[in-house]
Amino acid sequence: MKSSESTLAHREAGTNIIPERKSTNAAVKKKGLSRKAKDNLAGYLFISPWIIGFLGLTLGPLLFSLAASFTDYNITSKMNFIGLENYKRMFTMDDLFRTSLYNTIYYVIFSVPLTTAGAILLAVLLNQKVKGMKFFRTIYYLPAILSGVAVYFLWMQLLSPSTGLVNTMLGWFGIEGPAWLFDPEWTKPALLLMKMWSVGGGMLLYLASLQGVSSQMYEAADIEGATAWQKFYHITLPMISPIIFFDVITSTIGSFQIFQEAYVMTENGSGGPGNSLLFYNLHMWNNAFEVFDMGYASAMAWLLFIIVMILTVLNMKLGKRWVHYEGGDGK
Amino acid sequence: MSQATAPRFYETKKFKENVKLTFVTLLLIAGSTLILMPLWWMISTSLKSPAEIAQYPPTFIPKEFNFSNYVEAWQTAPFTRWAMNTVFIAAVGTIGSVLVNSLVAYAFAKIRFKGRNTLFIIVLSTMLIPGFVTMVPQYILFSKLGWVNTYLPLIVPAFLGSAFFIFLLRQFMMGIPNELIEAAILDGAGHLQIWWHIMLPLTKPALITVAIFSFNGAWNDLLGPLLYINDESMYTLQIGLQTFKGTVQTQWHYLMAMSVTVLLPVVLLFFFFQRYFIEGSNISSGTKG
Repeated sequence: MKSSESTLAHREAGTNIIPERKSTNAAVKKKGLSRKAKDNLAGYLFISPWIIGFLGLTLGPLLFSLAASFTDYNITSKMNFIGLENYKRMFTMDDLFRTSLYNTIYYVIFSVPLTTAGAILLAVLLNQKVKGMKFFRTIYYLPAILSGVAVYFLWMQLLSPSTGLVNTMLGWFGIEGPAWLFDPEWTKPALLLMKMWSVGGGMLLYLASLQGVSSQMYEAADIEGATAWQKFYHITLPMISPIIFFDVITSTIGSFQIFQEAYVMTENGSGGPGNSLLFYNLHMWNNAFEVFDMGYASAMAWLLFIIVMILTVLNMKLGKRWVHYEGGDGK
Repeated sequence: MSQATAPRFYETKKFKENVKLTFVTLLLIAGSTLILMPLWWMISTSLKSPAEIAQYPPTFIPKEFNFSNYVEAWQTAPFTRWAMNTVFIAAVGTIGSVLVNSLVAYAFAKIRFKGRNTLFIIVLSTMLIPGFVTMVPQYILFSKLGWVNTYLPLIVPAFLGSAFFIFLLRQFMMGIPNELIEAAILDGAGHLQIWWHIMLPLTKPALITVAIFSFNGAWNDLLGPLLYINDESMYTLQIGLQTFKGTVQTQWHYLMAMSVTVLLPVVLLFFFFQRYFIEGSNISSGTKG
């Protein structure tokens, strides 16, 4: 602890005397490198794991799969340039491709708004001054941390047409529940139901953001005689819009990648009844790792990349219209 | 409304507020019941006899508690081995993830180096790339390296940084005063020492968050083992559980017993470290825009 004294002295000196930095530079120079060079060296050394990962596991693979998408690569024997053949095949010859794209878009269109609205609603409810908020918060968040095969098995049991919990509960209200995972019409709603169970994961973000909205605004609105809906629409929504924006972008990307649920719940990725759970990534997976058509799978990967990028850019462009940033400068 | 006369009790603001809160509380209780019901169902099914599971209408509380279901299911497949494999992968990956991501985050938060801001934007933008886009070429890379059927493809990426964790830790580190680091530098400390002796202790809450999230991620990872692990003796719990379904078919008491078992460590982790789960989400929300 000998150094603490000198630390204090330096710090005090630093606050008053401006040319402090110059002198340290000179001091360091005596040892060889300047502070600036040292910082550059340390900086790059420290981030080097990420650079290796970025080049080796992200950028490299991206470029490789772009190149492979123009070939008939099958990982072992061949890699011939076949131009746009893979892309043509997707749209003209591969019926399952169209099915998978439809299934995926169906899922995204319902899951993004439902989970976003559900998470906001839950956060608004939890942000009231109810007793036991922490307790409720824990319970609602719990399903979000549960994932993987066990949860899919659980839902297969819950959705069992005759003895499952869901249809039993529907029966209490005189509703005869559908066959869920066995009926092509109901497989995707079944997955959406499962998704809604863990809606509390997104709720935390909104709750934190809601707690940051100053109560003065609501008090001012009360004086003006605003209704609860007006307050929600004109104060709450704009104030949490940056989080909604962030949530919509990430959950759109996430929903496009739906795979595990469908893989586990349809007997090793068979796609379910009538291929109703054959999602884009499942089809890509089957092409890549069942028949080792890596060229075609790469083309599918790139199309997915392009679709997701377009949607993200679109989200960002649209976001400028409705996202409200405090202080007014949209960063 | 009616001037002069005092408002009746049901017209007062306080009464209205109480009605609203009661209504909200009831709604939240109903919702919590819906959320917890599936978990109860899982536990109750895991204890029932096969005959009781097939029974209609289903029972909510098992007639008899067959704890032997757990033992029998565990012994039907090499679950002990799979559990040890999973713990190993998750533990090594978590250590790597905490050390590497905090090192990278420290550089982005506190070291001024050329091109730092541009590189950080690249870090953030990689979060927008769907994992599936790079999955096929990554598989090709790992298989050319001869890493298929080893744990390397599951562990090595954890040592190469994750954009989300880098971002999360950097946000946390930005809150630590620069003077602290400047003072240490004046005392002759290098960045490595500062990171180890100052940054790591001060960012402990965020590091615990990262540790929990990486452990959870590794524990729940199905894709990785599915792609890279072929030998049954090398399986993790996730892929083991998936094949277990093929073995026991629709013997739901066994399936649910093992599902409960696999989820249990995650649930325990959540209840012990709840604060860090919630902080983790809040750190990332503190950065709108």
